[in-house]
Amino acid sequence: MSAKTKARLMRLAAYAGAAFTMAVFLSIVGYILIKGVGHLSPELFAWEYNSENVSLMPALINTLLMTALSLIVAVPLGIGAAIYLTEYARRGNRLVKLVRVTAETLSGIPSIIYGLFGSLFFVVALKMGLSLLSGALTLSIMVLPLIMRSTEEALLAVPDSYREGSFGLGAGRLRTTFKVVLPSAIPGILAGVILAIGRIVGETAALIYTAGTVPKIANSLFDSTRTLSVHMYAISQEGLYINQSYATAVVLLVIVIGINALSAWVAKKIGRSNYGKV
Amino acid sequence: MANHLRKSKGEMKETLARVLFIFAACISILAVFLICIFLFANGLPGMFKIGVLDFLTDTKWKPGNDIYGILPMILGSVYVTAGALIIGVPAGLLTAIFLSRFASGRPAKMMRSAVSLLAGIPSVVYGFFGLVVIVPLIRMIFGGSGSSLLAACILLGMMILPTIITLSESALNAVPQSYYEGALALGATHERAVFSVILPAAKSGVLAAIILGVGRAIGEAMAVMMVAGNRAVIPNSLVKGVRTLTSNIVMEMGYATDLHREALIATAVVLFVFILLINLLFSVIKRKAKL
Repeated sequence: MSAKTKARLMRLAAYAGAAFTMAVFLSIVGYILIKGVGHLSPELFAWEYNSENVSLMPALINTLLMTALSLIVAVPLGIGAAIYLTEYARRGNRLVKLVRVTAETLSGIPSIIYGLFGSLFFVVALKMGLSLLSGALTLSIMVLPLIMRSTEEALLAVPDSYREGSFGLGAGRLRTTFKVVLPSAIPGILAGVILAIGRIVGETAALIYTAGTVPKIANSLFDSTRTLSVHMYAISQEGLYINQSYATAVVLLVIVIGINALSAWVAKKIGRSNYGKV
Repeated sequence: MANHLRKSKGEMKETLARVLFIFAACISILAVFLICIFLFANGLPGMFKIGVLDFLTDTKWKPGNDIYGILPMILGSVYVTAGALIIGVPAGLLTAIFLSRFASGRPAKMMRSAVSLLAGIPSVVYGFFGLVVIVPLIRMIFGGSGSSLLAACILLGMMILPTIITLSESALNAVPQSYYEGALALGATHERAVFSVILPAAKSGVLAAIILGVGRAIGEAMAVMMVAGNRAVIPNSLVKGVRTLTSNIVMEMGYATDLHREALIATAVVLFVFILLINLLFSVIKRKAKL
């Protein structure tokens, strides 16, 4: 085989791989949008769910509640941890190493293990029952490493001259952190939070046995609820609501596209991309 | 005096803040500790009651008869993951090569957004796509129910694409330009330089990407469960149903009691140990690759 043919084959292989990936992308997104958009009906957005309308509205509102609650827990903890790692701890500190190793471990644990842990710990041991709160606490542990890491990166990107300037003017470490370092790291932190929102919205396995599957808007922290992804799973498993499943998939897909667009916009603002943050 | 007081107040605030930050940092240690304790404390007793060896090597899972062998599920997870790699790794790696060395400008940018979007699609949506497209397709071509090992492999292969692509691409991008220039100077074509010089130089990064893909595939529950048929038997054909460790837990946890429940938690312990080993391997290789 001549060098030229070989080169051509190699190029062809790379193009074929790329074509395959695009085909996967287009077939999933295209198929669901084409099949689903037509089934988006007003009944699907009715305020209350029943077996007639299979409304996704309660699940959508629960998703918002679940996201907000998980973030309320995870964001301060994640930012606090990142502040400790970058602003307070000394290099080579043993605690820092342990925190890093455990955070890395957490980010590799599959969601079903989180779900099982949540059901053993929050639902049973702490007696919270199948509830919004159990689900949100489980998810907050799940997204914690994500927020920690992006905050840490954002804080590390703040030039040391800012800190030196602030110290030079007589500010303490706390004041420097909150008034100088943190404000200039906000876009990077935001990028992490958006990624976390994406994970929470898409999560199913960690929620089935922690938050349950009740298709009603949660009235209190201790109500069992289903989020949109769990709702999607439940109705597609029942097999009776294929059209509504398509439509629900469209809504989920649109939310994911929205989150992605937001993330791309924030990434553009801070001049680096979230591409590759897995 | 006043000055002194103000100073000590400031110091107290500093100390309090430091304590709070340390507390926040310790949450992840606490979480890993609690996850281990609760999984092992709830899963190990059941495993010992069944007999560790029986539990791991028995080929029958019959909760009704108190027979709990998870070998079919262990093999199920291994098969499904291997199949996903066969599909996902070549396609993902070639896409990464394309993005890193063949594409530029707008097309590359658009493809990267497509890949990020693929990474963000929830697993239930993948599962649903598998249920309404892949499963009927397999039913049409091979007969049977269509919910099968093959369906799970194809679907998981698609799901690990973004993981493989993004990590491999950053590994390829990290190879020094001088390698490429050196290859060209020796008379290699662009293609040859990419495939024979840059790709080998990026191999530990690519390996890290593959290992992370393995972790994703073995840990995926919902999508696999929706298309795999979930028979708790060792599959003897690609088009037969298969049950993984993850789907075993999701399917039966809702109604299991007593020893059955403990056996399911023990299933999670086995999965957890797999994941810990994969994580360990990943961090060792990642350090080597300096990703």
